[in-house]
Amino acid sequence: MPFNLLVLACLAYVAFLFLVAFLAERRAAMGRIGWLRSPMIYTLSLSIYCTAWTFYGAVGYAARSGLEFVTIYLGPTLVFVGWWILLRKLVRIGRQQRVTSIADLISSRFGKSNLLGVLVTVLAVVAATPYIALQLQSVTLSFGVFASGTPEGWALPNRDATAIWVAGGLALFTILFGTRNLDAKEQHHGVVLAIAVEAVVKLVALLAVGIFVVWGLGGGPAEVFERIEASPVGLWEVQPGRWVGLIFVSAAAVICLPRMFQVMVVEDGDEHHLARASWAFPFYLLLMSLFIVPIAVIGLERMPEGANPDMFVLTLPLNEGQGGLAMLVFLGGFSSATSMVIVESIALATMVSNHIVMPLWLKLRPKAAISGDVRRIVLLSRRLAIVAVLTLGYAYYRMSGGSAALAAIGLIAFVGVAQVLPVLVGGLYWRGATKAGAMAGLVTGLSVWAFTLYLPSFGPDAVMARSVFTEGLLGIGWLRPEALFGVEGMDPLLHALFWSLALNTLAFCLFSLLTFPGPVERMQGAAFVNVFDEGGGPQGWARGRAEPEALLIMAQRILGEENALALFAAEARAQGKEGYLPDATPDFVAGLERRLAGSVGAATAHAMISQIVGRATVSVEDLMAVANETAQIMEYSAELEAQREELTRTARQLREANEKLTQLSVQKDAFLSQISHELRTPMTSIRAFSEILTEGDLPPELVANYGRIIHEEAIRLTRLLDDLLDLSVLENGSVQLNIGVANVQQMLDRALAAAGHTRPERSFLIIRDLPAENIFVRTDADRLVQVFINLISNARKYCDAAHPELKITVRQRAGKLSVDFIDNGSGIPKQQQAIIFEKFARLTDQTRAGGPGWGWPSAAR
Amino acid sequence: MRRVRGPLFLKRGSYRRRRLRDAARMLPFAALLLFMMPVLWAQDGTVREGTAGDGLYLFAVWFGVLAVAAAMAPWLSSEIGAEDEAGAEGRGSGEG
Amino acid sequence: MASHVLLIEDEPNIAEAIRFLLGREGLTVSSMSDGTGAAEAVRAQKPDLVILDLMLPGCSGLDVVEAIRANPETGGTPVLMLTAKGAGRDREAAERAGVDRFMTKPFSNADMLAQVRELVGR
Repeated sequence: MPFNLLVLACLAYVAFLFLVAFLAERRAAMGRIGWLRSPMIYTLSLSIYCTAWTFYGAVGYAARSGLEFVTIYLGPTLVFVGWWILLRKLVRIGRQQRVTSIADLISSRFGKSNLLGVLVTVLAVVAATPYIALQLQSVTLSFGVFASGTPEGWALPNRDATAIWVAGGLALFTILFGTRNLDAKEQHHGVVLAIAVEAVVKLVALLAVGIFVVWGLGGGPAEVFERIEASPVGLWEVQPGRWVGLIFVSAAAVICLPRMFQVMVVEDGDEHHLARASWAFPFYLLLMSLFIVPIAVIGLERMPEGANPDMFVLTLPLNEGQGGLAMLVFLGGFSSATSMVIVESIALATMVSNHIVMPLWLKLRPKAAISGDVRRIVLLSRRLAIVAVLTLGYAYYRMSGGSAALAAIGLIAFVGVAQVLPVLVGGLYWRGATKAGAMAGLVTGLSVWAFTLYLPSFGPDAVMARSVFTEGLLGIGWLRPEALFGVEGMDPLLHALFWSLALNTLAFCLFSLLTFPGPVERMQGAAFVNVFDEGGGPQGWARGRAEPEALLIMAQRILGEENALALFAAEARAQGKEGYLPDATPDFVAGLERRLAGSVGAATAHAMISQIVGRATVSVEDLMAVANETAQIMEYSAELEAQREELTRTARQLREANEKLTQLSVQKDAFLSQISHELRTPMTSIRAFSEILTEGDLPPELVANYGRIIHEEAIRLTRLLDDLLDLSVLENGSVQLNIGVANVQQMLDRALAAAGHTRPERSFLIIRDLPAENIFVRTDADRLVQVFINLISNARKYCDAAHPELKITVRQRAGKLSVDFIDNGSGIPKQQQAIIFEKFARLTDQTRAGGPGWGWPSAAR
Repeated sequence: MRRVRGPLFLKRGSYRRRRLRDAARMLPFAALLLFMMPVLWAQDGTVREGTAGDGLYLFAVWFGVLAVAAAMAPWLSSEIGAEDEAGAEGRGSGEG
Repeated sequence: MASHVLLIEDEPNIAEAIRFLLGREGLTVSSMSDGTGAAEAVRAQKPDLVILDLMLPGCSGLDVVEAIRANPETGGTPVLMLTAKGAGRDREAAERAGVDRFMTKPFSNADMLAQVRELVGR
């Protein structure tokens, strides 16, 4: 296999990737995104989890520790299979908050604290640097493998030179496709498609080797199975601590690794894509690990003693004379390394530029923030950051001198990024998590990790003095980096994992409980933890364009829809753009603030307005969440108000009903008293005269006279009782009417004759129009006469004029007959006219003699 | 602040969908349990020649878990943004 | 000398009965049918007893009693009040106004005469 051919193939492959990325970018620029954003591309882009470490290192890992390598894949499998629990929320928040990196997520959650962003960025860079070095090393190693076998006598290329070329090439690619433009959303279609292609290449390469090994060299699955049992790899003793610990740490890493966050949340945060990837990505991992053990076993069998098992994937085909397959494997390994470095450096560059460079730059030149074009500065800082990250990786590679065990470096990085996990999960599910807690947790975790794992990995006397290892920090025995607090004999990785995460979580919880979050923190906390409460999610508007809309929505939620619309419509008219949303002019915004202050208080209104208009630190969604809460509270208080009014109304009704009842009761008493009086009066005469008559000894004329009186009074009594019965019959509504034809004049004659008995001593002038009365009507004559009698008697009794007169007029109008009885008395006071048809009412006067008050009720019916 | 209370009982369809989400939450824990079996088998402390057997077991379990996940994924995908998603999640998230 | 009774009653039949009964007892009876001027009549006639209906046209019997009691010349005149309203409230109001006896209609003739005899002191 000629080395120059390898270099040529390598260059051709890189050129192909450039082309793929270029075409994808162009397609995206034309707006034809289509399949560029699909579940398949999403799943494949996730495969940057499998770096050169796993591509080459897994076989070496298996050769040394049996099945333990599989934990690195089982952790992510659990996380993705359980996507509904955590990843879905992460992706939703990422999309809603327009998160640009994991550092941005953490900083955003804890009140947009830039210090936290810096902290996470530093942690990510520190943890990623050895990881990037690892990729450079693997590419260099694989070049070396080819070079050493070259028959044409090509000199072994300078390793450092190779690494520089690789690093430089990667930097170029990343800058070209990673910093082409500065989108509102950090999406790089070219890069994503390129790494998707690389994902296919590395899977195909590894599967090809696996198939070649199992069927070509091993003689089929059954035989390979037996060979595994026979080989040293088959003697596998599971270490429970490491097994659990590694599953955990790899699960944490797949969530927290900056590059994983980049492809999982930032590039294409779509929950539906995530649903597909939930099983497809673990399946990719399964395929990647399927042939690892067979390759390790056959490699140990066939390769010479002392051969590096980390390179078996490459050396095995090469050793068997499969040049083409070896080339494919080389490209697979190259793909693994490059895709990881590209995405990692993009992610790190974003963090570095957003959280370290830009804040510094804006601080140094504050005027530029208002006037200047910040975009150019951001792009420049990202490009520089990419170069810096790769330079760091290269420097680490040079410094470590190419550590033999690749897997160890990968795991160190994993434990490092896992320090973000407590803060991340706490921030997503616990509203009580505070910035101080997050800071304390991260600082603690980072320090413990550095002290117990990262710095010792350089070896004694490299960074830390040997004495620290044996005697502890500052000579304190329980501060030995690999035996913290006297815990000795533990696996160093587990030891570091346990202590760093335990102390990290402890500090995080403790400080969160003891401190009080600021307003922005609390807003963000609510927005993150209750991300699913808001429903629909963002409406896809760009912030700058939709500002008046956001203001309107916020105003609507605080002022109420109609008020807000009216306010905005008035402003739009004033601005001369009726029918559209008004521009957010300073005057308008100030006016709006005043309006809002009326509802939520001046301080809150000012904060909200300044956040939207100033684009400072809180996103519109948060404000809308707050506005929504306010609206709910106001709605609630409005409801209370309504309930209070309802109560008042009911109380008033009750009071009225009570008054009416009291009034009725008074009327009833008066009525009964009246009835009593009316009945007792004739009874008195009857009794007195009947007693007189009973005694005898009376002249016959007196007897006749008294007998007549008794008779008269008896008739009067009967009439009263009839009246009373009439009333109750009418009251029950079961009156039986004897409808017949009767003459009004005759009926009035009867009534006047009957009513003449009432106060016969008073002379009453009756004015009638006899011809007008001569009308026949269909009616119950007896009852109508009774009504007339009642009216006439009442007039006779109560007319208070000196010369009482009663005018009876009969008029015919529209087929209806009206008979009016008009006396010349003072009449009924206006305020009491309403109650005259109440059956018991007899107005106020109790002392006037006369009939009961039931005359009018029967007339009204 | 008031929480809008959902209905006490759900229609059959809604009930099924809620249980589907429950299943989605349980799946990783079930998978973890199955992935831990090699640890339990190694409790006697003796060195076993287990790479082939344990490996076969792990890959079988792995494949099975993914098959279940793949079967649920389309249903869960249609659950995203469902109208009662908010309420159920909102209450659930308070526990975190 | 025969005792003199002033009867103020608006029901003519009742007045007739009382006049007959008292006349048979040897009392002289003068009668009025309404309350206006009743107090003045008492002052002028100086009767030994006033028999008064509670409900009178013009004014209440209670007003009449008060007027009688308010005048020192007539203040000691016994008053027998008759009423067809038997409520306890009315009786109390009458006693407060200074009525000596209170009878509810209808009454037994013997009772009424006994009360009158007592009040006229015979």
